Amino acid sequence: MTQFINMLLIGIGAGSIYALMAIAIVLVWRSTRVINFAQAGMALLSTYIGFELVQKTGNFWIALPLAMVLGALFSALVEILLIRTLIRHSTSGPVAGIVPIIATLGLLGFIRAMIGFIWGNQDVQIQPPLSKIGFKVGQETIALSPMNLLVLITVLAMVLILGFIFQKTNLGLSLRASAYSPEIAQLAGVRVGAIRTIGWSIAGAAGAAAGLLQTVNGTGTVSPDSLEFSLLLTFGFIAAVIGGLESLPGAVLGAVVLGLVLAFVQIYISGTLVFIVAFALLLLVLLIRPQGFIGTKAGRRA
Amino acid sequence: MSLVVKDLVVDHGAIRAINEVSFTVEEGKLSAVIGANGAGKSTLLRTLSGLNTATNGSAYWGEHNLLHGKPESHVRKGVSHVSEGKSVVAELTVGENLDLGALWRRNKKEATETKQQVIELFPRLGERLSQRADTLSGGERQMLAIGRALMSKPKLLLLDEPSLGLAPLVIEQIFQTIRGIVDSMNLTVVLVEQNAMGALKIADTAVVLNLGHVATSGSAAELIADPAVRAAYLGY
Amino acid sequence: MLKKHPLASFILIGLLLFLLSNRVDELRVFQGATVAIYVIAIASIILLTGYSGQVSLGHGALLAIGGYAAALSRNHWGAPVWLAFCIAVLAAAMGGYLLGLAAARLSGPYLAGTTLALAIGLPSIANQFSIFGGEQGLLFDIGAPPASLGVDFTQYKWYFWIAALAALIIIYWLRNVMNSRYGRNWKAVRGNDVAAEIAGINVGRNKVLAFTISAGIAGLAGALLAMTISTVSPGAFPLALSFSLATGAVLSGVTTLGGVMIGAVTLVAIPEIVDSVVSRYETSETVANNLPGLLVSTLLILTVLFVPNGPVEQMRARHERRAKR
Repeated sequence: MTQFINMLLIGIGAGSIYALMAIAIVLVWRSTRVINFAQAGMALLSTYIGFELVQKTGNFWIALPLAMVLGALFSALVEILLIRTLIRHSTSGPVAGIVPIIATLGLLGFIRAMIGFIWGNQDVQIQPPLSKIGFKVGQETIALSPMNLLVLITVLAMVLILGFIFQKTNLGLSLRASAYSPEIAQLAGVRVGAIRTIGWSIAGAAGAAAGLLQTVNGTGTVSPDSLEFSLLLTFGFIAAVIGGLESLPGAVLGAVVLGLVLAFVQIYISGTLVFIVAFALLLLVLLIRPQGFIGTKAGRRA
Repeated sequence: MSLVVKDLVVDHGAIRAINEVSFTVEEGKLSAVIGANGAGKSTLLRTLSGLNTATNGSAYWGEHNLLHGKPESHVRKGVSHVSEGKSVVAELTVGENLDLGALWRRNKKEATETKQQVIELFPRLGERLSQRADTLSGGERQMLAIGRALMSKPKLLLLDEPSLGLAPLVIEQIFQTIRGIVDSMNLTVVLVEQNAMGALKIADTAVVLNLGHVATSGSAAELIADPAVRAAYLGY
Repeated sequence: MLKKHPLASFILIGLLLFLLSNRVDELRVFQGATVAIYVIAIASIILLTGYSGQVSLGHGALLAIGGYAAALSRNHWGAPVWLAFCIAVLAAAMGGYLLGLAAARLSGPYLAGTTLALAIGLPSIANQFSIFGGEQGLLFDIGAPPASLGVDFTQYKWYFWIAALAALIIIYWLRNVMNSRYGRNWKAVRGNDVAAEIAGINVGRNKVLAFTISAGIAGLAGALLAMTISTVSPGAFPLALSFSLATGAVLSGVTTLGGVMIGAVTLVAIPEIVDSVVSRYETSETVANNLPGLLVSTLLILTVLFVPNGPVEQMRARHERRAKR
């Protein structure tokens, strides 16, 4: 029984971090119709910035929000420099759909190389601010630690805040309209360029939180070639796809489902199959229900 | 403030969609732009609202150059464009679609008043404020599109084929409504239509486009009486 | 010359390469082999993306399948070298077939994301099962060059010959395929798959075919790569490889086979340039490690933004525009 509860907790814990990444991916997708493959790279950069901030201030609680702000700014910069150029120089023809993908990939490589340049390729360590030892329930120690709780609370807070912004504010209306029908939004007077930048900024903040929390919640170390970050991007993407790419709550739900499934596989079947199962789940969703299990519109192929 | 278009040229890649088109619409008048499919009517409106770029020529709304700047900036100068195909955002509710048109307005109180006016004009919308836009009928969607345009309190309204795909009775309603708001709000309207007769009946002046240039123009009454126009576009 | 007498041209190029290989030092010969391998790998991507419009970010994984298949067949069944290569092609092609079946129903970012996931995950799969030799990988030894070539014929020259020969054959064959009915079908699908379907082309089947062939070719490249380093391991097929190949394809001009050398040479040249810069200026190790990546990705971004169809296509288009005037 304890093992089962632990599995649930581990699954939700992991899922909540994937959720942050998935939120970033969905945000960018909804505001720009681009999957930003550099999302992981940007999260990585924000994590390193977080590392610097922790070194300089000695306080994780200052470093986290600051890293999120800087992540947001960097993201906005990318949107202005890269994406707007992409739109201005957009070609038609066979390569049109591939160009943004390759551009964000190039950005990913660029960021990784820059990080290696500035900080070196060795592991870099960030001290977790909270204990990673599980709470005690009676005699047992369950797989929920103060650190896990922090992550869960952060994700919940983000989802609530973002949900509120999107559904109940004018900014949210602009964001949604610009994503669904950019032309109509323009004709209605919405400055879609600026809105898009804001969408990317929010995504940048979410990605920064994902990267930093993932690191301190996991091994505590990070390096430019870190596999965890690549997996974070992959699992975040898979979670977003399960949720249907169109809704933020969907992304979170997808992430939790993914986290639970993978935890189940890890504990009850075999750790080696985790990636295969995740990949199979991705294929399953894409082939059977491309709009995701939570999405409502007719299937999206592109 | 009048709309003055002079020697407008718009290219679509290698195709010259608009070929030296000139016309004027006086303030408070409704001008119909009719012509066959592919005559360039939609391109004309899209160029005036800033979605397409012109190759040459000029288009001024009063002192404001319509050929420069993004569509968002023209909206702030009183230009509202209802693009073809019932331009509503399907995934948003009726209320949200309307609000969308007034987002840029600073004075929120006035925006609320405008929303009231739009609902009075289109009571059916008022009944369905919280429904998603894609649950509306064709006619209702067209009303919503026009309502959204009115939310920006425009002075120049560009309408692209509002009658497309609608039932005759609904078309009649929409045209009456359009004439109504021209008169009551002193709007200047450019009405692009395939339904030539319906458009000419409510218009003050008209322009006939053929393959990108002006075939003929004049007062609506003149064109209705013109035998060439009757033969080509009015079916008798 | 190339257009009128393709077979003769290719034979001529082959002879030229043979002569060249006798005159340059070992390092250049090894690099030549690497260039040839990149040519094959990039050509496979051009086939897939440029000709049938499907994006794969995970070609590194397909190369890995080829490499591992070749090593396993040689080590466990004692297959002769040429058979090992064939098995590599077949194994990768099968992988490509399966991937193609899934891919035919995906497009754009979904396909890219899925193939990226594969590229990220495949090395970790290789790590899990002992048959793949884990982190160290497996040995892949093709043996010494035949005695008939003389005592001076080095191992690397042997690698170069095999790789170059494979590259010439593959490119020649691909040219013919692209100009055939299949190539035209793929171009139609790439342009507008709805229109192609209406025109009677079975879009799904063509897409899968393109994926299968592309994968098979990639598998060959993977086996050849393993040959040159005599091992196959997860470390030989990192995510960076998939990125490099995509970059090489974009640099070459994704839509046409003509510029494939540009990408391949650039990919090999950049580390070389970096090395000479590093040794000349005695810069730190971090610079040496990361400068190639920096240059390659900057090049990629600039190319894809400003010359998305590749320099060859760009020049061709400009030439055509001038001719029209």
